[in-house]
Amino acid sequence: MPHIEKDGLKVWQVRDRNATLTRWGMWFALVVAFVWSWGAISDNTLWALMGNVGEVTVDIAGRAVPPRWSYMEKLWKPIWDTLNIATLGTVISLFLAVPVAFLAASNTTPSKYFVRPIALLIIVSSRSVNSLIWALLFVSIVGPGVFAGLLAISIRSIGFCAKLLYEAIEEIDERQVEAITATGAKRWQIMVYGIVPQIMPAFAGIAVFRWDINIRESTVLGLVGAGGIGLQLKGSLDTIAWPQVSLILLVILAAVVLSEWVSAKVRGAII
Amino acid sequence: MSVALENKLGTAWKKNPYIASSSLRWAISAIVLVYVFLAVFGTKSISSSLVGLGLVEEGFRFGTFGSVDKFFSGIDVNWSRIQRGLARGQEFVGGFLSPDFASRWDHIVQGMYESVVMTIASTVVGIGVSIPIALGAARNIAPLPVYLACRFIITVSRALNELIVAIILVAILGFGPLAGFITLSFATIGFLAKLLAEEIEDMNKSQAEAVQATGATWLQRINFGVQPQVMPRLIGLSMYRLDINFRESAVLGLVGAGGIGATLNTAFDRYEFDTVAAILLIIISTVMVLEYLSGFIRTRIK
Repeated sequence: MPHIEKDGLKVWQVRDRNATLTRWGMWFALVVAFVWSWGAISDNTLWALMGNVGEVTVDIAGRAVPPRWSYMEKLWKPIWDTLNIATLGTVISLFLAVPVAFLAASNTTPSKYFVRPIALLIIVSSRSVNSLIWALLFVSIVGPGVFAGLLAISIRSIGFCAKLLYEAIEEIDERQVEAITATGAKRWQIMVYGIVPQIMPAFAGIAVFRWDINIRESTVLGLVGAGGIGLQLKGSLDTIAWPQVSLILLVILAAVVLSEWVSAKVRGAII
Repeated sequence: MSVALENKLGTAWKKNPYIASSSLRWAISAIVLVYVFLAVFGTKSISSSLVGLGLVEEGFRFGTFGSVDKFFSGIDVNWSRIQRGLARGQEFVGGFLSPDFASRWDHIVQGMYESVVMTIASTVVGIGVSIPIALGAARNIAPLPVYLACRFIITVSRALNELIVAIILVAILGFGPLAGFITLSFATIGFLAKLLAEEIEDMNKSQAEAVQATGATWLQRINFGVQPQVMPRLIGLSMYRLDINFRESAVLGLVGAGGIGATLNTAFDRYEFDTVAAILLIIISTVMVLEYLSGFIRTRIK
């Protein structure tokens, strides 16, 4: 038991000396890293301008309230576009993610050494690039509009869906697959009757989960010109129309809360 | 042998459908079909195909003055624009084969430096703030009013997209990494406090009770009864969040909140796809290193 000698008495300690020193070392490194980072941020900030932050905040808040409710009639169309980007994007990404997942799962992949790494590379590169960066790319290729947003959301979601799906495939009960194989089933029959029924609940859960995330992401895609309500947000911000901005923010907040509610309900019904 | 089995003999077996009620199945299929048609093709194509089938007369439209057509416009794909853009797409893919690190190297270094310091500072501050909030949001530790208040903070932080928070903060604080730092700290709270609070709610109660039975104060109870149980999870979540914060810091620059995103946006605006490729390669490799590192640390702790 770790302890120290104090006036001839053994006093209990949580850790022995080495463990304590290691911990202090780690904390010290963390503090140094933080102080260095904060110093760098502080150097790049004009503190002289920060004196009236409170006034600016109050000023902007005062301009933003009340929201311009009459602007709502121009927002229905962007809301519909945003919904379409998220929903169709999820559907397209699922179509693309299913084959990638089957190629990436170690128990269904045709080749562990050639196909699997390629599938994993697709997953990683789709996941590590943010949807806004994908949107920037597609805006410069297909031009601004809903189509660019749709492509960005689809490509971005492949990695997420395929990763979760191939993990679900790897966790299936092999005995069911063996039972189907023993009946003399062909390769695709094994998939349809042995594997698909087992991953169906996971698949539905992933689809709804990703749809919820995509609603959030598609609300801001318009900032780079990829359609949806973000386009209106950018326009209102650029013209400093704060009452419109606050209305759009309220709409986005409502959409996010609503989509989270829907996805929670659907997932509750599936599982 | 029962009649039901008798009837089934000799007929091929069919898989059970996923939705048992056939009317519900048809209704859902019909709704999905109509939705996809409205979303992809719009009402204009529907009315023109109805005209083509001879079901309605020429010039038929849904609604008056084409207002419905304007709303359900479908996805208009500008093929000539895409044809022109495809060359850019090729250039982009080609950029990955010959990424240009050199010509904007100073900007890349400056952007990465800002991204890294924003990531570290915001993760540390975010964790520091979210620990008390997580304690407050755990129903087995906190009283109801505190619980509701903390849950409200978490909900707000999760509902607001990072980019939107960044836009507002840039408007208030001006351009620079300070806005990005506050944004990421705020976003960390929603993520970390929620998951940590769930971990605290799932903990083993008897340990905390044993510590309490020795006459420990509230702080000692948390420190010796709760903290050792949730520490591995907290470290794992923190590493994961460090990873997420870096990814997010890469896009905050798009709205002027500092970091590598600004450099990336400039490169896109100038159609310098070889520089874009270089920046993306740096981001992806950093993310992969961080992911590997956080996975390594998480498995070490378990």
